[in-house]
Amino acid sequence: MAAGATYFPIATTTLGSNQTNITFSAISGSYTDLILISHYASQLNNYNFFIRFNSDTGNNYSSTTLAGSPSGATSAMLSNYSNVLLTQYVGAGTSLTYPGDTIAHIMNYSNTTTYKTVLARDNAVKNDGAMQTGATVGLWRNTAAITSITIGTNSGYLVSGTTATLYGIEYA
Amino acid sequence: MPNTYQVISSVTVGSGGAANIQFTSIPQTYTDLILQVSARTDEAGANWSEGRITFNGSSSGYTNRYVLGTGSATSSGSVGTAYVYGGRGTAAAATSSTFSNSYIYIPNYASSNNKSISTDEVTENNATAALAFFNAGLWSNSAAITSITITPNTGNFVQYSTAVLYGIKNS
Repeated sequence: MAAGATYFPIATTTLGSNQTNITFSAISGSYTDLILISHYASQLNNYNFFIRFNSDTGNNYSSTTLAGSPSGATSAMLSNYSNVLLTQYVGAGTSLTYPGDTIAHIMNYSNTTTYKTVLARDNAVKNDGAMQTGATVGLWRNTAAITSITIGTNSGYLVSGTTATLYGIEYA
Repeated sequence: MPNTYQVISSVTVGSGGAANIQFTSIPQTYTDLILQVSARTDEAGANWSEGRITFNGSSSGYTNRYVLGTGSATSSGSVGTAYVYGGRGTAAAATSSTFSNSYIYIPNYASSNNKSISTDEVTENNATAALAFFNAGLWSNSAAITSITITPNTGNFVQYSTAVLYGIKNS
């Protein structure tokens, strides 16, 4: 990617207390793509990180994951789900000492013609075999422009100190 | 509009090859780092050479969890090592003129927390011996990252191998 004024920080959040989720709202439609970077820890050691758009909690999402974990190399698919669910972490990512990271690319988010897709890489680190890594492709079956993004865990909460930044990418 | 995806430094290996690629004196003014590598090595008889990344000259405190696909098989493993995976190159037995691609994301590299590293690598080859590799890496060290060294497990990086270090700012 050529260096240039096309990688714009739209908003950043650092949690000052434990919270169930983080929402970026009123997202401008003036970019081409979005990138969401999150560096987080969860209250629980058995959880999934999720992404949801425009506060839609209906069963309008699907996702397919590839994961490396203590269980080996696995792949799973969720259809008609209430969010884009990323890799499940067991025994890792429960402390910012050993955090989880998600790098999510949301393409062509502001068009009003097509369903929206997200590509995500997610990791949870720990200094033992509980470390996990994964990749997820997600689909939101809605043609609306994405104007808000909510991230969180499907159980428990995100711990204080969790950070998330939303960037906008312009092709010109 | 601010430019928040900035080139810190880039390296292109010359005609003599290189045993490693280093970035030193990394400024602490960014939020995250991105390292992008396109590489090939002279390791004889191999289709790829493992890339190994160390920080600040340290050879301890690293852990990895990977998942890989070869086109015919998948596997996952967790390895405590003297490095994190990243910067893999195609090697001498791979189709000529093919180079790998690695994308390495290092969030909060200047913080006093342990450092997490996300690595995506491919060594496509138009042959059966190809590799897609995802890794979660950990460096259990509170020091800010000020230098990065990429070293192949065997052999040297050959001419035209490249590595570019970018800084990302969230404001």
